[in-house]
Amino acid sequence: MKFPGPLRSLLRGRNAPPGNGTAAPAPAHSPRADSPPRGRAVEDSPATRPSRGLEEFFSHIRGQSGLTILELGGATQQNVSFITNLGHRLYSEDFLQILNDSFGEDKADQSNPGRIEYFLRQTLDYPDEHFDGVLIWDLLEYLEPALLAAVVDRLRRVVRPNSYLLAFFHSDDKLEAVPIYTFRIMAMNALQVTQRGTRSPAQLFNNRGVERLFGKFESVKFFLTRERLREVIVKA
Amino acid sequence: MWNKRREEEPPHPSTPALPHAPPPVAQIPIEPKKETMPVSSMPVGRLDPESRGGSASIGKAVKIVGQIFSKEDLFIDGDVEGTVEALENKLTIGPHGAAKAGIKAREVVLQGSIQGNVEAAEKVDIRKDARLVGDVRTARIVIEDGAFFKGSIDIVKPEPVKAAPKPQPAAAPASGPHPAPVGAPAFGPEKR
Repeated sequence: MKFPGPLRSLLRGRNAPPGNGTAAPAPAHSPRADSPPRGRAVEDSPATRPSRGLEEFFSHIRGQSGLTILELGGATQQNVSFITNLGHRLYSEDFLQILNDSFGEDKADQSNPGRIEYFLRQTLDYPDEHFDGVLIWDLLEYLEPALLAAVVDRLRRVVRPNSYLLAFFHSDDKLEAVPIYTFRIMAMNALQVTQRGTRSPAQLFNNRGVERLFGKFESVKFFLTRERLREVIVKA
Repeated sequence: MWNKRREEEPPHPSTPALPHAPPPVAQIPIEPKKETMPVSSMPVGRLDPESRGGSASIGKAVKIVGQIFSKEDLFIDGDVEGTVEALENKLTIGPHGAAKAGIKAREVVLQGSIQGNVEAAEKVDIRKDARLVGDVRTARIVIEDGAFFKGSIDIVKPEPVKAAPKPQPAAAPASGPHPAPVGAPAFGPEKR
């Protein structure tokens, strides 16, 4: 049965199966769909959604085993199981926890070279070209410029050439506080996103800013997602 | 002396049984003494409730520096520095336990903290609020939300232990090298 145009698009927007790339996004003025996460129920309940960035990340390591993957979002059962079940070795760093332990609330400290070096020793003290992939998630937005530059530089050193990094950035670069998410890998192309609080970002990026940030890497590719996050695949 | 000789003599079958004389078997001291629990600073009832049968425990007011080898389940709620090996048994680090140690066990349950590498043939279970800084090699790992983990995870598929004992009865000579004991962890060569 065929519905007239507006009704058809309305039904398609609400009932589109996940992962269907042809599904039209809900209209921008809809209060339910893509509005910033204001409603508590929406924020706190975990939602599984398709992730093109994750799909792209795994497409490069699929079919291989014994790779070395670094995850910066802290260890979760789902991510550990998923990656180790693929036959890879997982390194886990709780980046945000160590950031809090190292700098506390003092953002000015994040430009202190000694403190930066200490932080890098705590989180990214690995040999050069050690990793075949890095799951950064959305953590780079919490770093002040000096610390961020040092972290990105260190990441470039510890990954092998032609490996991939997955990072998320909020697409609204005027937010005063951004949600802190836990990302759980549910499938090669699906993530469960759970909010566990908010935090004021150190800096937010537009597309040009992200490209500049990873300027020394080989390529940067963007995917826009439902939580107003840009998923970014960076090739080393 | 006289009595001793008489004890050593086998009882005469023709000797009439006296009503007050103890039976010959009772004269031989064969009753084994019951072993007491090993090093423990906690009452038995408060040991790890999950432990089966015999288990040793190190209480929270105890600090040990050195090497610990255990052939039974071990519960550590105190401070340990060095190495801990319970290759065929379960090791539990209690909520107050802190181990700065390399650990090898059949199974490791972590409620406190470990700083060091962990090898567990069967499973590593990191509970909520536990803290593990080190590399893990195991067949299975469970990480509860709220646990802190920093390090690498290497999932080592257990070698087919069942396949090894089967040829044993068929092989007549027992002169070959002894196989690893049943239940021994099947770790590969160290990577680092």
